[in-house]
Amino acid sequence: MNTAVGEITLQSAPVASAQPTYTQPLRAIATPLESRPQTWLAVPVAAGLALAIHYFVPKREPLPETNYYPVFLSVMLALGMLGAALYPFLVRLHRWMQKMCPILGVAVGAVAGWELMTSCFAVLPLPYFPGPEGVMAAIVSDRALLFDSTWHSLILLLSGYSIGVVVALVTGVTIGWFPHARYWGMPLLKVVGPIPATAWIPLALVVSPSALFSAVGLVALAVWFPVTMLTASGISNTRASYLDVARTLGANRTYLIFRVAIPAALPNIFIGLFMGLGTSFLTLVVAETVGVKSGLGWYVSWAQGWAEYGKVYGALVIMAAFFSTIMTVLFRVRDRVLVWQKGVIKW
Amino acid sequence: MVALNSEVNLSEAASLRVRNVRKEFTSLDGGITPGALALDDVSLSVAAGELVSIVGPSGCGKSTLLRMIAGLTSPTAGEVAIGAEPITAPSADRGLVFQDPNLFPWLTVRRNIEAGLVARGVLREKRGEVDEFMRLVGLESFANSFPHHLSGGMAQRVSLARALINHPRVLLLDEPLGALDAFTRMRMQDEVLRLWRAHGTTMLFVTHDIDEAIYMSDRIVIMTPRPGRIERIIPVSNPRPRDRSSPEFLQLRGEILEIMHFAGRSLSEN
Repeated sequence: MNTAVGEITLQSAPVASAQPTYTQPLRAIATPLESRPQTWLAVPVAAGLALAIHYFVPKREPLPETNYYPVFLSVMLALGMLGAALYPFLVRLHRWMQKMCPILGVAVGAVAGWELMTSCFAVLPLPYFPGPEGVMAAIVSDRALLFDSTWHSLILLLSGYSIGVVVALVTGVTIGWFPHARYWGMPLLKVVGPIPATAWIPLALVVSPSALFSAVGLVALAVWFPVTMLTASGISNTRASYLDVARTLGANRTYLIFRVAIPAALPNIFIGLFMGLGTSFLTLVVAETVGVKSGLGWYVSWAQGWAEYGKVYGALVIMAAFFSTIMTVLFRVRDRVLVWQKGVIKW
Repeated sequence: MVALNSEVNLSEAASLRVRNVRKEFTSLDGGITPGALALDDVSLSVAAGELVSIVGPSGCGKSTLLRMIAGLTSPTAGEVAIGAEPITAPSADRGLVFQDPNLFPWLTVRRNIEAGLVARGVLREKRGEVDEFMRLVGLESFANSFPHHLSGGMAQRVSLARALINHPRVLLLDEPLGALDAFTRMRMQDEVLRLWRAHGTTMLFVTHDIDEAIYMSDRIVIMTPRPGRIERIIPVSNPRPRDRSSPEFLQLRGEILEIMHFAGRSLSEN
């Protein structure tokens, strides 16, 4: 059965490349639900192993009084066992587990390895490298301040990012469409744009009325450059034949810009949005560290000032979750907006 | 040349007039290279409601001529006009269907067909026609599909519907049926003819298929390349619907083939 499906996929490959749509049902058939051991074993085994390390390997370093780490591992173990029991009956759970469980298992294993390196053998010494329990205890005990910091970062990031994107779309379309704007705007963009937004911090602190204001401006600036650049190139590279067709259909300039050039440039614009998101994270953290007295960036440097490295790592974990969630949201938006080119470009 | 002049005189009330048109493409260094003469002294009149096809080997400037009539490029010398008004810019008056369907990939089939109505701001009044044109090209069930779901032939049918929905006075077709399979192609030829009769649209039709040209057109313009010139204009007077295997049809076919063969030989003598 498996090999037969493989052959079908192989034979239809030339057809599929010409018409991407038809590959999708075939591909869905080509990855059937099979019961592989790593699907149901990975998480329970890794969690059980980690628990064993936590309880039975002697510790060289003092642990906090708390028990968040073993509770976390027990929850993982329980969930892993529950999943292993249920997945043969639930197709969606099965698909999800087939995809995620190996990764989750390795992640839990990595945390166990970290405990071995720190608390157990002290290869990485305190106070710079606390074990998993230390980090979890720091997150839980400082949760109010961490939540507040995350909230402030979110507000700052969203306001800076959206201002930057709006301005960038206007400048990008203008530079991409109008030859005069291109002539004057492009050199400016090429010279000023590559300066990292963080390099403007001294100027921003002097010019702007408040640190928050300057941080929003810096994040906006960080987003503005890549989005403008890619929007402009997307607009100016619009296939001439699309514009020709639209003209013979009676399109005026508004239609050509908003209904032809901008949709045609959308794949490019999204690349700019992703690049801008990356630079905006960076700028956000730096701006919070030097100017604004709130947010995750500030929290990290503050905790480091007190040599509370558990809190530093805690904040890093929160940041990872925070930034990757925002990234995922943007991916979802992209999939929704660019549904028309699904299967053409994947990244 | 003699034939051309009589052509011009014959149709004073012509709908579409191409007079002594010359088109040179300038080379990148600003000078004019000899090979860049796309059209040389082309004159052609198409009466209102006439269906004229243009045949000729590639490089004879057929597409350039169509683009000029569409208003997408301007002639280096000479004049292109519809009625009394010279053509200066593209307009919904002159629809153009390209070799490549050029559907907007970000719009569904229905929205592609609507595009002309949206561009002219008349979608609200004419929304009913969208269904009519989708039925015409047999793509009702694909209304909400995106173009990358369509085969080449289906895409070209959408493109045809998209151009026709504007009811252009002149429809310019640049090998529009070249990508279709033989049966769809013959059906589409009849569909195009039906539309032509129903709407009285003047049609200028570039094709590589001599049978198609004879089957469909009132007159066949034969062009030669380098520089693009009109070699001969042949009227087709057989009553429609034309029998593709009738002796008159086959005789005309032989005649055109002979002219084109001659055209090819004169080329090699250059």
